[in-house]
Amino acid sequence: MHDSSANNARGHVRPAPESFLEPELVAEILAHGVNESRRGLIKGAFAAAVAAMGSQALAAESDPDIVNVPEWSRMLGKSVATNPYGLPSKYEANIIRRQSPGLTQTDQASVAFTPLQSMFGMITPSGLHFERHHQGWVDIDPRRHRFMINGMVKEPIVFTMEELMRMPSVSRMHFLECGANTALEWGNSAVPTVQYTHGMLSGSEWTGVPLSLLLERAGYDKSAKYILAEGADGSSMTRTINIDAALDDVIVAYGQNGEMLRPEQGYPLRLVVPGVQGVSWVKWLRRIEVGDQPYAAKDETSHYVDLMPDGMQRQYTAIQEAKSVITSPSGGQKLMNKGYYCITGLAWSGRGTVRKVEVSVDGGRNWKEARIEGPALPKMITRFNFDWMWDGSEVLLQSRVTDSTGYVQPQRAELVAVRGTRSIYHNNAIQTWRVNQSGEVENVQLG
Amino acid sequence: MFSLAKRTLAALALVSPVALAASYPEAINQFGRPATDEEVAAWDIDVRPDFKGLPEGAGSVEDGEALWLEKCAVCHGDFGDSNEVFSPLVLGNITPEDIESGRVAALQDPAVVRTTLMKVSTLSTIWDYINRAMPWNAPKSLETDEVYALVAYLLNLGYIVDYDFVLSNENIEDVQAMMPNRNGMTRDHGLWSVDGTPDVVGSDCTKNCDVDTTVTSFLPDYAMNAHGNLKDQVRDYGPFPGIQTAPESESAEAEVAAPANAAPDAILAANGCSGCHQLDSALVGPAFHAIMDKYADRDDAVAYLKGKIRNGGQGVWGSMAMPPMAQVNDTDLQVLAEWLAAGQ
Repeated sequence: MHDSSANNARGHVRPAPESFLEPELVAEILAHGVNESRRGLIKGAFAAAVAAMGSQALAAESDPDIVNVPEWSRMLGKSVATNPYGLPSKYEANIIRRQSPGLTQTDQASVAFTPLQSMFGMITPSGLHFERHHQGWVDIDPRRHRFMINGMVKEPIVFTMEELMRMPSVSRMHFLECGANTALEWGNSAVPTVQYTHGMLSGSEWTGVPLSLLLERAGYDKSAKYILAEGADGSSMTRTINIDAALDDVIVAYGQNGEMLRPEQGYPLRLVVPGVQGVSWVKWLRRIEVGDQPYAAKDETSHYVDLMPDGMQRQYTAIQEAKSVITSPSGGQKLMNKGYYCITGLAWSGRGTVRKVEVSVDGGRNWKEARIEGPALPKMITRFNFDWMWDGSEVLLQSRVTDSTGYVQPQRAELVAVRGTRSIYHNNAIQTWRVNQSGEVENVQLG
Repeated sequence: MFSLAKRTLAALALVSPVALAASYPEAINQFGRPATDEEVAAWDIDVRPDFKGLPEGAGSVEDGEALWLEKCAVCHGDFGDSNEVFSPLVLGNITPEDIESGRVAALQDPAVVRTTLMKVSTLSTIWDYINRAMPWNAPKSLETDEVYALVAYLLNLGYIVDYDFVLSNENIEDVQAMMPNRNGMTRDHGLWSVDGTPDVVGSDCTKNCDVDTTVTSFLPDYAMNAHGNLKDQVRDYGPFPGIQTAPESESAEAEVAAPANAAPDAILAANGCSGCHQLDSALVGPAFHAIMDKYADRDDAVAYLKGKIRNGGQGVWGSMAMPPMAQVNDTDLQVLAEWLAAGQ
């Protein structure tokens, strides 16, 4: 990577002279007022800040990146199909999935988080979709993959991929959030950026066959109450799903954002369970069993149970309640000077659509409505934007979503008062980012 | 709760392909074929809490211990208490009172590490999971009796059964009745169904709301770099650059060393050369082999060709000009010129 600040400073915003005071001095002035010695420090700091501005202040100088016509304007470009499967620009190398050091002991039963801080709109590029595997990922030969429905059906049926892809299909956009998203934040601020606080979240267009159609084909017993979904990987992970949800909007999907699923997302077949936590979206799907009792799978008893303060564990917690987060500016980022900024973020609800998003810049005392950008689709992430002038003071940024059921996203204190801090899963509390006077943004918790 | 008929109607309305059944009623049966009994048996391996699906078999704690040391201890420790690879399965903190009541009291103690045996309410879960997913690197390799033996050993580590115990499909329900946290699960919550009632709803106050805005938690300075340099985790040209959290000396900004020399064909492809030049026949520009032949005997061929590639030229091979190749880095330029001068 270049050192952009050294050899190309003109193209970049640099700290304004308004932000010239060291935080320690600001604190001292706030506490004790301005005396002679402090006044001297302010003057000195301002002079240094102006000097540091240097070339930016001399706006009349020409920009060498314009005057010296760049090499890319004076060359023959690369041929078509240089990269037969396209790749991002080499200048985007920072925008990748990342693990949280020390979070898991193995890399196969682990998580790689989506870089939400660097993304736009409501679609997650498939290559940046977060990864959560329980026993590593596999790359299955689609010609040898089979999908079976058995249990309380007229007769057990086996499908090939060819058959599934020949059937009538639907394409639906839905969010996918791990039940453990934001799990590290129950007790205290634990991780620095939105990639780690909220990065087990994605929005994709999924294509496949409605499960209801496949259940009809198998002749499911109308007295059935649950289904079990099972993967074909080593873990053969299983999850129980209500038959009501299964017949409603669940998809047996092979497509993701216009192409086949990525192997990390269950190629060639996965379950899409809109509004429900990611662990139920069984990857490498090989089997659905129709039954009349829940199955108490490993991830329904040992994990993905929400421990309450009284020691009881909530079992079969599945729905992802309404949640929102500001993705920029967010933890680990920096505002370079005062002035206009577009605060942007994501909101979603497992029970319906996003009706309203509000933003507070004072830690939740006062709220103003944000603009919803693009369509607000059921059980899909929705982009919001909020116009904001930063005056250089310390601020506490929050966002709050209201969904189509009227549910309002709770403050962290409200959530913790009921659920305690040890339930791991389903933390949908309002996130706070503190912008300090030097413009640095950090992950904080209030009250 | 929908009635069954309503439920199906709702599905029909929302998911239009179900209309296939109406348009072409017979077409649906074109897809899929009946599974054979052998196929169902091979894949239908789940065991439910009521032990539906549990195969007949038996295994002793003693056999389980030997198997455990051979196949499981490397990850879980000899006594299932290791925290090295996975969270502990058992830590010896289950009490006779827990087994009596079916509630593990230690779950209320924030200081106690939660183990598998403290949390799991259903013995079927443990049997099912070991059978389908263990050992970690060789799932589905255990015999049925081996699974019984390993479950028996784990139960013994949790003081639930004695060392001389033999677990079988005959007595597994009796052991279920002793599971220490068998009464520790609740479905009394709003997160099981889309129509569920939320337990916590936020305030919709918008003006002068009564909230405590005291900052009570933030990352200490020493933890800011625990996830790597945050400056390198965002774009370096956007409105919100990242904070430099690593010491400047460790910054990734130092110019990355040039990669090992690429092969000539990769350089040709990467720099658009093949847009005009082919190996054996003239295209827009001369063939590479023609260039090689022309300069084979020239002493300063490398330097000459470097100049031609870098600066372009016209008239040597015809009237079509070759543009300057400013984008080729010096290393690649040297490789190309040497390749052409060497004539191979």
